[in-house]
Amino acid sequence: MATRELKPGQRRITGGGIVADLAIIAWFVFALFPILWMILLALKTPAEQTSTYFVFSPTLENFVTVLTDRGTELTSVDFKTAILTSLLNCGGAVLVSLLIGIPAAYAAGRWKFRGSDDLMFTMLSFRFAPELMVIVPLFVIYNQIGLFDTSVGMIWVLQLVTMPLVVWILRSYFADLPEDLEQAALLDGYTRLRAFWMIALPMVRPGIAAAALLAFIFAWNNYMFPLILADSAASTVTVAITSYLGGGGQAYYNLTAAAALLGALPPLILALTIQRYLVRGLSFGAVKS
Amino acid sequence: MTAPAGEKPDTGSPDDHRAGSGRAGDSGTPVPGWRRRMRPYLLSVPAVLVVIGILYPFVLGAIYAFLNYSAANPDPRFIGFANFVSVLGDTDFWASVRITLTYAVVATVVETVLGVIIALLLNRSSLVGRIFERVLILPLMIAPVIAGVIWKLMFNPQFGVLNYVLGLGSSFDWLSRDMALWSSIIVDVWIFTPFVAILVLAGIRSLPREPFEASDVDGAGWWYSFRRLMLPMMWPYILVAVIFRFMDCLKVFDHIYVLTAGGPGIATRTLQIGAYEDSIIFQNYSRGSTYMLLLWVIVFITARYLVSVLGKAQRRAAGAEE
Repeated sequence: MATRELKPGQRRITGGGIVADLAIIAWFVFALFPILWMILLALKTPAEQTSTYFVFSPTLENFVTVLTDRGTELTSVDFKTAILTSLLNCGGAVLVSLLIGIPAAYAAGRWKFRGSDDLMFTMLSFRFAPELMVIVPLFVIYNQIGLFDTSVGMIWVLQLVTMPLVVWILRSYFADLPEDLEQAALLDGYTRLRAFWMIALPMVRPGIAAAALLAFIFAWNNYMFPLILADSAASTVTVAITSYLGGGGQAYYNLTAAAALLGALPPLILALTIQRYLVRGLSFGAVKS
Repeated sequence: MTAPAGEKPDTGSPDDHRAGSGRAGDSGTPVPGWRRRMRPYLLSVPAVLVVIGILYPFVLGAIYAFLNYSAANPDPRFIGFANFVSVLGDTDFWASVRITLTYAVVATVVETVLGVIIALLLNRSSLVGRIFERVLILPLMIAPVIAGVIWKLMFNPQFGVLNYVLGLGSSFDWLSRDMALWSSIIVDVWIFTPFVAILVLAGIRSLPREPFEASDVDGAGWWYSFRRLMLPMMWPYILVAVIFRFMDCLKVFDHIYVLTAGGPGIATRTLQIGAYEDSIIFQNYSRGSTYMLLLWVIVFITARYLVSVLGKAQRRAAGAEE
């Protein structure tokens, strides 16, 4: 943030500097401790996996195991394949969402047309609909038409998560874009398509990047779709991680921790790169940042 | 909303139009009105198709609720409201409703209060606040299921670090019948409080400065200006956070499924976990869909109500700012 001028209420709500700092630190101890503990657990040897030491000699063995093994005795997980599958599924879903979502977002942001509000509201309602309502019929349909446990099936269903997100975020970006620029281009003899392609699209590029990355994160973090609509072939990172927990009490603690860290890394990195646009994305544009 | 773009002629004279682009609709002659009017619809066609593609299974799921469809009975028959009668007469269903509502209300309230406090604290722009603002989002970006895995390891009575750090000893079980629901809420609070804090912080930073300066000049105390100025103006932002959190809590699944799978017994069997058990584990698609349809009705009514409250709050806040 470039400028740190006084923000509204800042001077007012400032009671007790040290107490406030301590309160903040208390929250962040709570917020960061689980992540720190995961990191420690992932760096321990299998013999130390049930220990509560904070000091030990760290090893990268668990990460190597998770990334190279085609599964341990108890889990049949191939984590590396799960990562590639997740990349394919999420990348595919985001790509399709952008191709379909950008024109719709442009239409909804530029023009008010009959049915546009209904279309937008229907998409927003997907955000709040209980997933199983759709997954159970899809489970039946997928089993019948052979989309069960395929990436095509996963990409299709991930639209439910990514497309509404893309449309809602980009709609507000297009709506905020002054129309004069496109009008000027049209008067210069540009076609509508060219004006969109050369003027409007480049100007919302930050929005597109933010929408795409956020959609990718949401798709990556999704658990229920691959849990129910995929088995082994199209299984993703989130499902793979839980399989390290084992069934009857037997668990690979430090492998679980290493896998959890690896699985959380892509969203974390992406989130840090789009931090500025996160508010608008997370709230579906309901709160503009 | 501004005037439709198509009011002005789309293209210049034909000889201006060098590229020619080859697309029939964009040739040099002025675009006919009907085509201009159709444009937003044409652009929306793919999205509408996808929406229909999602609505189709949704409607199918609603129909399942009126059939007796299960893996054991692949030739379903229409049985009217029999599923609803059976589900609504089942004490487990009402337990699920109670568990879901308890979870949603407690988690939403705790996250909102904590989130607002954190936003206010971070807004002070102290060094500590500036450092931590950067990492605020970390838990929020970790998949809820991974958060569930992390906390499951920490909750373990024998090996988990939580009992060790808190000095509780191995007899305290976070995922016992009495504690499991509250432990699930703790995990929810851990993941989603940053969401409220981020939204509220963005709201605070978008507030106009003048009213606060005026109240400063008037010598009002900070509690007074917080209650009379900031809270009313912040209310729409807080409500947006409340709506998102409450709606998501009603359909909570991921981290509870990892932590307890709905147990012990039915202690954490929320509605969506119950529906998962019925339709995926027992493969009784109709019964699971009945659960979901009822949950959907709850979600829909709540959404309608909360959105109308939000609309009122936004109008009031807009009035207060002027």
